Amino acid sequence: MEQAEAAEMVVEALRKKLKSKSKFYFNDLSKILGMKPRAAKKYVNKMVEDGVLEYWSSGSTSMYGIPGTGKQAAAEHED
Amino acid sequence: MAKHDTPLLDQLESGPWPSFVSDLKQEAEKRAKNEAGHELQIPVDVVDDLLGILELSFKHGKTHWKHGGIVGVFGYGGGVIGRYCDQPELFPGVAHFHTMRIAQPGAKFYTSDYLRQLTDIWDRRGSGITNMHGSTGDIIFIGTTTPQLEEIYYEISHNMNQDLGGSGSNLRTPADCIGQARCEYACYDTQDLCYNLTMEYQDELHRPAFPYKFKFKFDGCPNGCVAAIARSDMSFIGTWKDDIRIDDEAVKAYVGGEFAPNGGAHADGDWGAFDIQKEIIALCPTGCMKYEDGKLEIDNRECTRCMHCINAMPRALRIGKETGCSILCGAKAPILDGAQMGSLVVPFVEVNADDDYQAIKDVIEPLWDWWMEEGKNRERLGETMKRLGFNALLEATGIAPVPQHVQEPRSNPYIFWKEEEVEGGWTRDIDEFRKDHQR
Repeated sequence: MEQAEAAEMVVEALRKKLKSKSKFYFNDLSKILGMKPRAAKKYVNKMVEDGVLEYWSSGSTSMYGIPGTGKQAAAEHED
Repeated sequence: MAKHDTPLLDQLESGPWPSFVSDLKQEAEKRAKNEAGHELQIPVDVVDDLLGILELSFKHGKTHWKHGGIVGVFGYGGGVIGRYCDQPELFPGVAHFHTMRIAQPGAKFYTSDYLRQLTDIWDRRGSGITNMHGSTGDIIFIGTTTPQLEEIYYEISHNMNQDLGGSGSNLRTPADCIGQARCEYACYDTQDLCYNLTMEYQDELHRPAFPYKFKFKFDGCPNGCVAAIARSDMSFIGTWKDDIRIDDEAVKAYVGGEFAPNGGAHADGDWGAFDIQKEIIALCPTGCMKYEDGKLEIDNRECTRCMHCINAMPRALRIGKETGCSILCGAKAPILDGAQMGSLVVPFVEVNADDDYQAIKDVIEPLWDWWMEEGKNRERLGETMKRLGFNALLEATGIAPVPQHVQEPRSNPYIFWKEEEVEGGWTRDIDEFRKDHQR
């Protein structure tokens, strides 16, 4: 799968769910891509590097989201 | 003069124990004076505002910190924990108050110069407040602003050859005991293995893709000075295959009172003369030792590596020569299901630096693949093992069951065979069967 194609799949799926949630577990992303976690990780890492996705962390758990989405950005002066 | 009145916090200073409130007040004063002449990059009153917001939390009975955040350094999904307060107007000094985790040096071997560099960076670019060390072992820098994160990362990586630690659903900063650098009990070079795996698994350390946190800890011997067996998802505990080495003359010297037992520890009390029967033989958990006619004997097949006899008589007894490590999996602290100790997965594996520790990596990677696929979100390896069963882990990792995996003889009489485990499978020749069995 091409990187651009993978990014499109992920962004489209995440945008569809934006009304109910803005942060996603890594497992959600590998399911969207239909890949095993190890394979999906390479694509997801690149998406973060390219700014398509961003990390969110509570300190104990990590999640992924589309930059600028969710309450976090506005609430934390990051927008 | 304190910026905020803190009567509730002041009360915490009144007890007989050391108080973090006193420490914070001292740090607030130190920052205000700034005798070292640091060009402070974050508000000078950050510590005053920290005391202020904590006082407010006590007053309200609720936290004024928000949950998590999206800050980090470029390319890293861990090492920085975003902290924002929900009263930035009242306490502007802690509007951003991010935590940074810095990887500790192997076995926490510091030089004083290294410590000075750390505190200089943190006095200048952060609050000056540290936690030495966090539970996982990291050096924890508590409180800085978003623009300082990249600057701090640049300085620690370029000037100190140091890296951020792990946080979030990552491999956490691996931690090891002091190992062969100082300790004669160490069965392998904990620092080399810890460093090797840290470098090998950089991606797992910095870019989160696990269901939850994952910890490696390395103990050179079963004394377990980093408590790997209780505190890590995967513990590497030094052990040996052959026999405990006995120096008969030294045993006699202990019995004769020439050498103090336990390296002279407990010498301040009057415990009487050393009694080998009472203090060694009777305390062996498997009863595998005897001392008769001035001769110590050990049935090494029964030894469970409790280390008691070696600890008590280190000049007489030494670990075996054929050393390696045991791998245990699944320990965790209590969040779900209570605390768990590690379960033995590999009784003995060689720790071989010459082949880049391949035998150990061959255990780690299939295990991760299994947990990444089967583990639920926020589920530790130990919980996945408990939910799916130890057998599922063995199948996934291709490790053959061995007696050491069994804690006690089974109490359940049912054995469920799989087709591939039965010769000939489930199919049979019905005509052959009917010869002996009527319909």
